[in-house]
Amino acid sequence: MTHHIIAVRTYLIIYFALIAFLFATVGASFLPSTAPHLLIAMTIATIKAVLIILFFMHVYYSNRLTWIVAVASLLWLTLLLAFTLADYFSRGWLDIPGK
Amino acid sequence: MSVPAVVVEDPPEDYLQEHTLKSWLLTTDHKRVGILYMISVTVFFFVGGAAATLMRLELMTPRGDVLATPDAYNRLFTMHGVIMIFFFLIPAIPAVLGNFLLPLMIGARDLAFPKLNLMSWYVYIIGGMIGIWIMVFGGVDTGWTFYTPFSTMFSNTMVVTAAVAVFITGFSSILTGLNFVVTVHTMRAPGMTWFRLPLFVWSHYATSLIMILGTPVLAISVVLIALERIFGVGIFDPALGGDPILFQHLFWFYSHPAVYIMVLPGFAVVSEIIPCFARRPIFGYKFIAFSSVAIAIFSFLVWGHHMFVSGQSMYAGMIFSILSFLVAIPSAIKVFNWTATLYKGSIRLDTPMLYALGFIGLFTMGGLTGLMLASLAIDVHVHDTYFIVAHFHYIMVGGTVMAYLGGVHFWWPKISGRMYPEFWGKLSAMLVFVGFNLTFFPQFLLGYLGMPRRYFEYRPEFQVLNVMSTAGASILAIGYVMPLVYMLLSLRKPPNAGPNPWGATGLEWQVESPPPVHNFHDPVVVTCDPYMYSPEEAERDYAHDQHVRNA
Repeated sequence: MTHHIIAVRTYLIIYFALIAFLFATVGASFLPSTAPHLLIAMTIATIKAVLIILFFMHVYYSNRLTWIVAVASLLWLTLLLAFTLADYFSRGWLDIPGK
Repeated sequence: MSVPAVVVEDPPEDYLQEHTLKSWLLTTDHKRVGILYMISVTVFFFVGGAAATLMRLELMTPRGDVLATPDAYNRLFTMHGVIMIFFFLIPAIPAVLGNFLLPLMIGARDLAFPKLNLMSWYVYIIGGMIGIWIMVFGGVDTGWTFYTPFSTMFSNTMVVTAAVAVFITGFSSILTGLNFVVTVHTMRAPGMTWFRLPLFVWSHYATSLIMILGTPVLAISVVLIALERIFGVGIFDPALGGDPILFQHLFWFYSHPAVYIMVLPGFAVVSEIIPCFARRPIFGYKFIAFSSVAIAIFSFLVWGHHMFVSGQSMYAGMIFSILSFLVAIPSAIKVFNWTATLYKGSIRLDTPMLYALGFIGLFTMGGLTGLMLASLAIDVHVHDTYFIVAHFHYIMVGGTVMAYLGGVHFWWPKISGRMYPEFWGKLSAMLVFVGFNLTFFPQFLLGYLGMPRRYFEYRPEFQVLNVMSTAGASILAIGYVMPLVYMLLSLRKPPNAGPNPWGATGLEWQVESPPPVHNFHDPVVVTCDPYMYSPEEAERDYAHDQHVRNA
């Protein structure tokens, strides 16, 4: 089986991008803790995770089966989050008298 | 002068020939790792069984009189659950029979990562040792579910240690699953196409997907428990700003699919036994194969049915209820197809078949009561009662343990090279079936009448049914000890099974018993579909045997 060899330059670019996003995360933590704060922090975290998966874990250069495994794993994470959040969002919908 | 050629045949070097302890503890042979797992899970089964025996003794009378305190009872049922689920039911069939058989069934020399396979056993043993250590030095009283905030803020028992044990053991499961997936993808013999795979392999493939996708979530859940308990990080405890139901979401995201980690390998075993002892090709091969994958996928969509009364949104409950009903479809496909396989078969009621038939009946009852519990209104009535206890024991004991024992009997001639005594085998299968029903059927009634689970005292009107249950447990215990005794005794005899005592079609039956170290002497090429049995041929053989006997 052949492996794609990633140039050191690419690794360095991703590394410095991750460091930049780390500072962005620290910066975002100073924002007031409202909904946009969470959205910004989660977006930065997602970008960091994607960069690591694609380049440091070599998925970007891998065959289709590896892509399927990576995407299926993310899909499973989405299932966990979606059904759990569905519970949280719909908890207040039913108006229970006296509660 | 020419020297006459002397043909020296290598002795059939079987995998059991080396006897040193080192050869076992450093083995990377999948068959030997399977045996290591077999010994280990058997020990844990009897430890967990001892805890169950004490519980049943305690519940013979309405008052708490066997154990000193209710707290001791709490620790006992927790250890019973933790040991039986994490150290017996989850590894039992995949790590013992799966490890032993999967490479043989696909025509491979070993699993894809033999060293990782041995490592998975060591990881399991480390987790198991910690589990035993907890039992000896205090125990845990949270129930096997570790519900928060009790587990994180209030329990004074060894919760973090138990979390560590579960965390470590989970990795053993992940390693086994990973090994199976890679092996099935990369190591099938030429001609062994996906639709020529034995259904045992399909089911184990589906099980492995759950192990890989689900187990990390359990691991992170127990880490979060430790973080909250040790450092007071507010995750689950409302007093710290956390949400206890979040733990239930995370826990059941793994632990409901874990039920299928336990029972899908049971399906695997039954799918091999039924066609062999009915002498018919399995009915609806592709439906059974895809239903295993469907169960693996659906299993991740139903976890909220464990939380109908725990404060989860009613709308989420409704969705989880509907999705839970969906799992019945692939499960029923399997049951109907096994039954259809029996139709017009030439059925032999040997011990493995008795266990397999018992499995079908008991699993069906467990599954149908599962549908009752998936209905919101009924679940509210029987939640946390003995109805639940009976339901999941019908799946896990009536299903998985029956299948495991059926599988061990079926492949014992292959594993050990020896036949077990058929009379005692049949007797044990009958005792297990009768004992099981006597133990757990009364618990359906107890639950429906309102007896809550996890209490060590109960109202006097429940005593008759509890005595029946304890009597059944005694019969069940005898049924479980018997195979241990006669199988160990069978090892004292020289190998007598021959390569294929059941006349089965799988690749594992085409090599000698016990199998050679490298499984096959020559490269394997598969040229036909699995389960090429013929009931007519079996009838002719039977008539011939009768004729010879009468003559």
